[in-house]
Amino acid sequence: MSSSAAGSNTQPSTAHEAVGHGEGVISETEQARFLPRADLQILIRLLRDDGFTVVGPKLDQSAIVYGEITQVADLPIGWTDQQQPGQYRLVPRNDDRMFGYVVGPHSWKQFLFPPSAIVATAQRTGDSWRMSTPDEPSPRYAFLGVRACELAAIAVQDKVFLGGAYVDPIYQQRRASVLLIAVNCTQAASTCFCTSMKTGPRCKAGFDLALTEIDSGFTLETGSERGRSLALRLPLREAQAAELCDAEQGREEAERQITKQMNTDGLHDLLLGQLRSPHWQTVAERCLSCTNCTMVCPTCFCSTVTEVSDLTGDHVDRERHWDSCFNMDISRVNGVPVRDSVASRYRQWLTHKLATWQDQFGTSGCVGCGRCITWCPPGIDLTQEVWTLQQLARESGHGLSHEEAPEQTVEIGSGEG
Amino acid sequence: MSVTSESCVQNFDPWLSHPVRIAGITREIPGVCTLNLQFEDSRLASTWSFRPGQFTMLYVPGAGEAAISISGDPGVSSVITQTIRDAGNVTRSITGLGEGAVIGLRGPFGSCWPVEMCRGRDVVLIAGGIGLAPLRPVILQLLRQRDQDQELTLIVGAREPSLLLYPDQYDAWRRQGLNVIQTVDRADDSWTGGIGVVTAVLDRIGLRNAAETVVMTCGPEVMMTYAIKTALSRGIPRELLFLSMERNMNCAVALCGHCQFGPHFLCREGPVFSYRHLRPLMRIDDL
Amino acid sequence: MTSATSSKPRLAVFKFASCDGCQLSLLDCEDELLTVAGLVDIAMFPEASSDMQPGPWDIVLVEGSITTAHDAERIQAVRRQAGTVVTIGACATAGGIQSLRNWGHHEEFLRCVYARPEYISSLATSTAIAEHIPVDYELRGCPVNRQQLLDVILTLVAGRKPRLPVHSVCMDCKRRGTVCIEVARGIPCLGPITQTGCGAICPSFDRGCYGCFGPAPQANSQSLTDHFLNTGSTPDTLLPLLRNFNGAAKEFREQSDRLERMFPPGPNAFSD
Repeated sequence: MSSSAAGSNTQPSTAHEAVGHGEGVISETEQARFLPRADLQILIRLLRDDGFTVVGPKLDQSAIVYGEITQVADLPIGWTDQQQPGQYRLVPRNDDRMFGYVVGPHSWKQFLFPPSAIVATAQRTGDSWRMSTPDEPSPRYAFLGVRACELAAIAVQDKVFLGGAYVDPIYQQRRASVLLIAVNCTQAASTCFCTSMKTGPRCKAGFDLALTEIDSGFTLETGSERGRSLALRLPLREAQAAELCDAEQGREEAERQITKQMNTDGLHDLLLGQLRSPHWQTVAERCLSCTNCTMVCPTCFCSTVTEVSDLTGDHVDRERHWDSCFNMDISRVNGVPVRDSVASRYRQWLTHKLATWQDQFGTSGCVGCGRCITWCPPGIDLTQEVWTLQQLARESGHGLSHEEAPEQTVEIGSGEG
Repeated sequence: MSVTSESCVQNFDPWLSHPVRIAGITREIPGVCTLNLQFEDSRLASTWSFRPGQFTMLYVPGAGEAAISISGDPGVSSVITQTIRDAGNVTRSITGLGEGAVIGLRGPFGSCWPVEMCRGRDVVLIAGGIGLAPLRPVILQLLRQRDQDQELTLIVGAREPSLLLYPDQYDAWRRQGLNVIQTVDRADDSWTGGIGVVTAVLDRIGLRNAAETVVMTCGPEVMMTYAIKTALSRGIPRELLFLSMERNMNCAVALCGHCQFGPHFLCREGPVFSYRHLRPLMRIDDL
Repeated sequence: MTSATSSKPRLAVFKFASCDGCQLSLLDCEDELLTVAGLVDIAMFPEASSDMQPGPWDIVLVEGSITTAHDAERIQAVRRQAGTVVTIGACATAGGIQSLRNWGHHEEFLRCVYARPEYISSLATSTAIAEHIPVDYELRGCPVNRQQLLDVILTLVAGRKPRLPVHSVCMDCKRRGTVCIEVARGIPCLGPITQTGCGAICPSFDRGCYGCFGPAPQANSQSLTDHFLNTGSTPDTLLPLLRNFNGAAKEFREQSDRLERMFPPGPNAFSD
């Protein structure tokens, strides 16, 4: 496995770092290129000719999901989504936009960190075993339609799977070859809060190409050497001032539509000061512990490896599956789950996502995409729960719920995150 | 506290198990046995090493993996010694296999006991039941590097005398300078050691200089909690208290999320922690 | 597999009130069945063979629920001769569809159905096996999952403890990429509180999970029921959803009972 890994050479610097700072103004020259609507098909064809499996938005199961795209007609032309806590509806648009939706139930995670994958194999050989790990080439994906929050989510998972002493070979291989074509949001859902998490809605870094859709086509910017060489092969023309203006208005409209907020000031210490709050039990009365929030989350990475044996027991695959901190078995020690209540599991999820993730990876685990709010059947809204915890903390004195809290908040983890 | 250097592990597929042959099995107390394992691949045998406190993932194809602490001598590289308790499917499968059988091994993983910190300091080791297993490598290393002036104490406790781990080795350790104090909850007629919990022993033993005494403890979480409480009350500073935690390990390389304990991945920052890092967490239920 | 052929574990299969579908799952294993037959001594399996050997048996699979006084005694006798008891299917683990009688009028049913009801000797309730004897392992489902059944048998034969996943159906939907039909289309679905086992089949065919693998551990059935009511579902839809193959399982039963208390049945509810 090559160590010229994803996110280093072939990829632009991680989106998170770049997005986290300043305005990241897009340069005039890059912005000034334009891809006519009719020519998007050429982009798809080029990518396929280059051996990429193009994955993008498409209509399926009454939603806009991510799947293989072979032609422009596969895109959800003229459709959009309406989202609120616990509810998603596919609705027709008044125009024929191809990317006129927000985000759906799928995320790119399923392609880079597949829901099921064989991580190792054991084959009996006489009185011994041959133990190996898979060495098939991994698929080469081009993602078409990546949102700013999703670029940030990929950057978060880069830190999880590639940033530590041990890297995950499956993620590493897939990530190293993936081509990222972002499309800026020109609208937002009621569940979006990327502005609070400083991940969007504008795509500022972490992509190879970034498009902004207007009625007549796409303004285009490049974010990497690979993106630039791909752009050179596209039938681009100078963007007209009116087109640039439309694109900018679209991006501003998305930002304007974001109403949900989460105050992240001091959130790490505040949440860890609330570990004994009765509010976790209040949430648990609604929480189904069904795992939906973690499954749709583009950054959640829990998994479990299980044995899949043939009947003779001579050939065993070790299969890794997505798992969730909402499952009791994930914390089972000596037959007993450590987190044996819904309250303790919800607390684990929320405090990990928004606080201890900082200690572990130097970033929040939340990118503000709102999927966990939309796809929670009873519509539990983490921004609401955080707000409530902040109110409770304020009532009991500056974010500290107990007299020992100063020590707790200072000492937990390395803290510097 | 990370032990294995990054450059060393980057080249490895963390999921790859290495076949090891069970060269010997020693039955210890009921339900517990010690394995001597040898790599099938001789190149690994010559390069593999571990630090006291670390663990491996032992693998029985079909049954799965279990995180097992290494209980052997860090100075010996020809065999890997691990003490396991029949607690689940994997461990039961391993103990059922017998000598000559081949299983898989990944590792070593995790943090280690602060052996270097012990130079020039007195040391008290507190073990409950099978918790002595991950402390044995540190005992063997401390005895090897011990200077004449250093006081080394082991308080080892069990429910009853027959459940004390490695009893046949205590005399050898004593001869090398380890003060071994045994205590049990329930004694029989032949018992000559102490009766009571390990914390009671810790409460009354002589400490020459508590502020410069290192404590390492491994055993049931509740035992460690009280051992630490007692150690603090005796004036041993937080920074010199170390404990080995247990949580569900699945990947052992901080990629699967199972073993999280607050901000820590137990497989990476643990299993051995300074109490200073764990103190706020140990007061929270169901974390 | 290391067990010596001379001392193969003895397997017995018993049927109580049930449709035989779960036993058929075992026969359905076809290819694997030969392997299983090679690993165990099938001492009692009336559905498959008329050769019925007496106990004791090492592994006993029990299908069906207890609906007669005679069966209530028979299951005690089975337990006395059994090493490991595995209940298989919704009838055995929760009382099955026939537990609907628990909410009905037993005597009235007998009069409606049978010309000579006095010949019928049955209990007023259908109950799970675990309400009568200690059960070692439960295999949920209507019917059980063939692969889970095989896994349990092979695991027991290997001397290990079977450990089946207990997560929600939702996780299986997400792993296979199925879009949530509850959130995206408002179709009431028991997936969030139902234990895995089926592989999330129904939602992938555009219908809500009807809970045939029973409630997941710590299932928050009250929250889900409240959510359905708040989003426009009516008791007419929810009551039959909850009172189904696993209607008598605690978490489902509590909610259907609560619905009935919230929306008492009208005077004609039982007349037609």
